[in-house]
Formats: sequence, C-alpha cells, structure tokens
Amino acid sequence: MSDSLFEYLLRLADDRLVLGHRLSEWCGHGPILEEDIALANISLDLIGQATLMLRLAGEVEGKGRNEDVLAYFREAVDFRNVQIVELPNGDYAQTIVRQFLFDVYSYHVLEQLQQSSQLELAGIAAKGFKEVRYHVRHSSEWMLRMGDGTEESHARAQKALDDIWRFTPEMFVADAIDDEMLAAGVGSDLRAIKPKWDSVVTDVVTRATLSIPADAAMIGGGRKGRHTEYLGHMLSEMQIVARSHPGAEW
Amino acid sequence: MQRTATRESIMEILAEVKDPELPVIDIVELGIVRDVVFEDDRVRVDVTPTYSGCPAMEVIERDIVTTLNAHGFGDVRVRTTFLPSWTTDWLSDSTKQKLKDYGIAPPGAVEASRGGIAELVTLRRAKPTAECPYCGSANTEERSEFGSTACKAIHFCNGCHQPFDRFKSL
Repeated sequence: MSDSLFEYLLRLADDRLVLGHRLSEWCGHGPILEEDIALANISLDLIGQATLMLRLAGEVEGKGRNEDVLAYFREAVDFRNVQIVELPNGDYAQTIVRQFLFDVYSYHVLEQLQQSSQLELAGIAAKGFKEVRYHVRHSSEWMLRMGDGTEESHARAQKALDDIWRFTPEMFVADAIDDEMLAAGVGSDLRAIKPKWDSVVTDVVTRATLSIPADAAMIGGGRKGRHTEYLGHMLSEMQIVARSHPGAEW
Repeated sequence: MQRTATRESIMEILAEVKDPELPVIDIVELGIVRDVVFEDDRVRVDVTPTYSGCPAMEVIERDIVTTLNAHGFGDVRVRTTFLPSWTTDWLSDSTKQKLKDYGIAPPGAVEASRGGIAELVTLRRAKPTAECPYCGSANTEERSEFGSTACKAIHFCNGCHQPFDRFKSL
C-alpha cells in the first residue's frame, strides 16, 4: 500500500511540478503584462501543490527524502508525469491549449480527491481545487478569445490543438496503481472523469469555433518513466542550481 | 514556559505577527491560525496555508517562532493543517475595512462551486465587482484575476482612472 501510495503521489506531484516549471519559463516573456503575471501566478500555484504532494510522498516513503530532494535529485526516468505537461511552451496558443486540456483534467481529479480517505491528500486537494477553478476560467477564456478571434489566432489555436491532442489519452490510462488507489478510496476514478473532461473540452472548443481533432494517441508511458526528449532538457535547467550546490539552503 | 499561558493569551501574542505582504492584517484575523495546543513544555501552533504556493507562509512560520520565543516560549512547533481549507469568508468586517483603508478592495462572499461547465467557462460567469478603494466609485471592472500576489486580482476604476487591487474571494 505505501509503495503504491508513494507512486501515486509522485504522479500527482510531477504533473504539477513539470507544468509549473514550464509556465515559469514565460516569466518576463509574456505577450502582455497581465498574462505574464497570470502565468507566473498559475505556475506558483502548481509548484505549491507539487511541493505539498512531494512532501507527503517523502513522508509516506519514509527514507528521509523531502520535497526538494524529490524535485531536484531524481532523473527523468524517475519522473511520473504525463507527457503533455513536459511539451515545450511553443507559441502562446500552444501554451494555452496545453494548459486548458490539463486544467480541465486537474479540476476533475482534484474535485474527487477532496473525498480521499488519505486525509492529508484530501486537504491538499481541497486547497488545490479552489485554485484550479480559476485556472480553468483563465485558460478557457483564452481558448474562446483565440479560437473565435482573428484568422491568425484561430489558425494557431487549431494547430496547437491538432499537435497536442494525441497526448491527451495518456491522462486517462488507469493502471494497477490507479485501480488499487481507487479501490482503497484514496485515488480518483479516471474512467469516470474521462466523459466529464470530454464534455467540457468539447463545449469550449466548439464555442471557440475550433474543431476537435481526430482521435490519435502517442505512445505514452510517462507514468512508468518513459518521457519525450523534452523532459531531460527541462530538468537539466530546473535542477542545475540544486545539483551544483548540494545541501545549499536559501 | 510561562505556566499561566492559555490558548487565548497565545492568540493575543500571535496577533503581533503580521502578514508580510499585507502589513495591516495580523495572522489571527487572517484566519490562518487554526489552533494552539500545549504539548508538555512545548507550544504547538496549527496554521493553514492561504494558497498552495504562497511564499509568505514560510516567513510567517518563522515569525511565529521568533515572536513566541521573544515572549519566553522557547519550544515552539508550527504544524500545517489543510482541513478545513482557508477561505476569505473567515475575514471579519473590521478586517475587510482595514484592507479597504490600506487601498485593497476587500473580498466578497465566496461563490460555492457549482460543478462542471457553468463555473469553468468565464463568459458564463458574472465577473466579481468591487468598489474603488480610492474614490468609492462602483463603476469599476476586473482586468485580470491574477495580480501582484496570489491573493489579489487587478481591477480598474472608471471613476478616478486608477488601477487597484482586490483581495480575491477564495
């Protein structure tokens, strides 16, 4: 049980840590000041959620690894995030589409985890749920603005959707760990979340005058440590300070 | 350890600790101090975070320890709790007035989650309104749900043509 719980917490934490780091790359580069501030805020929320989840994971594991050790001293193959969150930022349409597809997923996952029998996780989820509510508002608003905007913004949003769509099925793959956590009342029910995700995503995409791409799936495996080439490069930047000065505190 | 200490007297001391990002508000009225428990010779203070990634929490935890130390409580432990989740509904009217006097529009009542799409798509949601803390005009608009800190949104006053912060409802 505790091995599976550790693994499960890493999945939740790494999705948010990796996406939070990706968003932080926009800091100082946002298209307008309000968006620069918005992405930095969302990044802070996601990294905050990841911190709490990794701290709990470290306690569950019981080997003395705290959140910093887990964030900065694991290799790419030890990360358990889905691949969609590690994709590069691209243009603003790519960033927003990636964010929207994940936000809607995260909204439903955290909504369910508030009822987790693991009370610390339930508490972290209750906090995160309040935050993801306004994350989805932000990303769905931009989906509408870009899709139903100019010819250029529409084309970019549709291209982003077409490029990223194949990474979405991985979010809903439930394996033995998910089943064990669900049966124990700890985890969320990914099979039940999928139709809810479909319905919200379809609604927003349609209102944005965009088209849902044809179903396609990449070879996933992020939950088992199989990642795109992008993650290693991202981690090298994210981890370099901690690894160059091991034990440093600031 | 002062043997005469009570939960209430510790709370009074903790009211000396201010939120570093909102120096007019103390951490007790902010609602993040959830309990004070005496564990033998140790004082345990339970706090709950405002936002998952709020960088002020670390400073606040340190300030709790140093403030209680200064009042003669040598052994202090700060414990983080998550349930019930912090909400701006815990702010009293007088605390909201302090925010307003400081130039930050206070939060309105928290809108309960209605679940699903109705609350997720912005265009279907009434944007929060706020009175301008400078000129009192109600003719203001929300510019962004994200502001200078996790807890604030950016508004603009059409009356006095100034941007201002609103403490978000959470």
